[in-house]
Amino acid sequence: MIGRQPDENPAGIHLPLDPLPGHTSRGRLERVLRRGEFAVTTELNPPDSADPEDVYNRAKIFDGWVDAINAVDASGANCHMSSVGICALLTRMGYAPIMQIACRDKNRIAIQGDVLGGAAMGVANMLCLTGDGVQAGDQPGAKPVFDLDSMSLLETCRIMRDNGKFLSGRKLTTPPQLFLGAAVNPFAPPFDFRPIHLGKKIAAGAQFVQTQYCFDVPMFKTFMQKARDLGHTEKVFILCGVGPLASAKTAKWIRSNVPGIHIPDAVIKRLEGAQDQKKEGKQLCIDIINEVKEIRGVSGIHVMAYRQEEYVAEIVDESGVLKGRQPWKREIRRDDQMVADRLDRILHDEITETQVDMVKTAH
Amino acid sequence: MSDENPAVTQATLVKKAAPKSDYKPADVSPQRRVQRSFAVRLWSIRHSRLLEWFYARFADTFLLLHPLWKGIGYGRVEAPIKFVEKRVKGFMFDCRMCGQCILSSTGMSCPMNCPKQLRNGPCGGVRANGNCEVEPDMPCVWVKAWEGSQNMVNSDRILTVQKPVDQSLRETSAWLRVTAQAAAAREAASAKTGASA
Repeated sequence: MIGRQPDENPAGIHLPLDPLPGHTSRGRLERVLRRGEFAVTTELNPPDSADPEDVYNRAKIFDGWVDAINAVDASGANCHMSSVGICALLTRMGYAPIMQIACRDKNRIAIQGDVLGGAAMGVANMLCLTGDGVQAGDQPGAKPVFDLDSMSLLETCRIMRDNGKFLSGRKLTTPPQLFLGAAVNPFAPPFDFRPIHLGKKIAAGAQFVQTQYCFDVPMFKTFMQKARDLGHTEKVFILCGVGPLASAKTAKWIRSNVPGIHIPDAVIKRLEGAQDQKKEGKQLCIDIINEVKEIRGVSGIHVMAYRQEEYVAEIVDESGVLKGRQPWKREIRRDDQMVADRLDRILHDEITETQVDMVKTAH
Repeated sequence: MSDENPAVTQATLVKKAAPKSDYKPADVSPQRRVQRSFAVRLWSIRHSRLLEWFYARFADTFLLLHPLWKGIGYGRVEAPIKFVEKRVKGFMFDCRMCGQCILSSTGMSCPMNCPKQLRNGPCGGVRANGNCEVEPDMPCVWVKAWEGSQNMVNSDRILTVQKPVDQSLRETSAWLRVTAQAAAAREAASAKTGASA
């Protein structure tokens, strides 16, 4: 087929790609990373609604700018549409979702079931997280589960994929084909343990990691230096988390209310000094991207623009991280387009065609 | 009754400390949390090397007593040993009786005290002062575990990826279980050498 995009199954955009040697998944993200291209991922703000259009519209603004979209699992312990649900919708449309699994809400029985279900729907990437405590969210009275932790969750997924077994040892008929991810936070204590902790995650099965928001580039550089010295960067793809801050006020609020995000005073001072704080926040994000993309061992960025999703395209474009490459984009197929062009009038014009009339006009 | 000067009861303190919910991180009720101090737990972590040495001797002694445990029956000694273990470890480490002790791999800082009960390292929510995200007054169990493990001889044990907790072992004696396993392993090894000789 002419004009087909890279990393697309010709039989249908919702189908998995052909398996490649050395790849553990049949997804787009692993292909991009293993080809050595600078990957861009982002996060979809999960809707508080039962309308699939809400998900499609929110995914649409990333079209052609990102390689994969994180489907968050009740981030910040707030109720939203589930990550499994979002992934079901996104895979139908051909997007490459990264299904986040948090240990807060589900025990090992539910999690292993979701891994199989997700993989069956065509989810190729899964991100194993511990999850925020329930005290952070809108329902602090909920029972926290934390049956597994991020590490044992990674190992569980790896065992399911590589050994074709549940944790219990029961066999799977078809094991899931997955690209496994984890999260790291280089910006929280104990700082000297963090790179070693990353090594533990690699041992447990992590193939790519996304970091917490990076606002302190020197601190991130120190972390990367240590990770390189330990040889981690050869075993794992590191995507640096970045994002725009809406204003100095938001930055201060985030710093004191959202666990695990470190924002240095210099950043807040820079935002406060700006005329248009929102624009400055975006510029700051671009500046940080330009710095981190030069660090050896960084394979991509993860843009988290909560409630500023419309900026993701601009940020990616202006920072030039894609170097002219265009990630997969949802396009209407040419045959569908042709049918739409010919038959559009039926939908929009007020015509009632009867068989008798059609016979008359046919000759 | 005067609304001006309401008596400050324990319940008032508890309510103030946990205004939002009945949430019980690490199974500690809000009531116990306000009464809690971490002094003994932190002492144990500071003296992790000493305790590591002591624990190794202690395990050997327990293994030496294996014939005794076996004579009385492991099932029958379970209750008294558990009684002692729960209180001693409860005092020293704020033990939660998960029944699968990994203190020697976690710098003598009990990971079950983590509100998320993480057994493989800290989460990303550790506060800048090294305290817990969920319980702001408690030093992060894993920050302390890292400090404790660095004092120990087997400081690399913290690198082992731990298996998920087996909840069916809760409230059982870890001491007896480890001893029984070690004894079984020893017997299997001697049976093997006996067979080959």
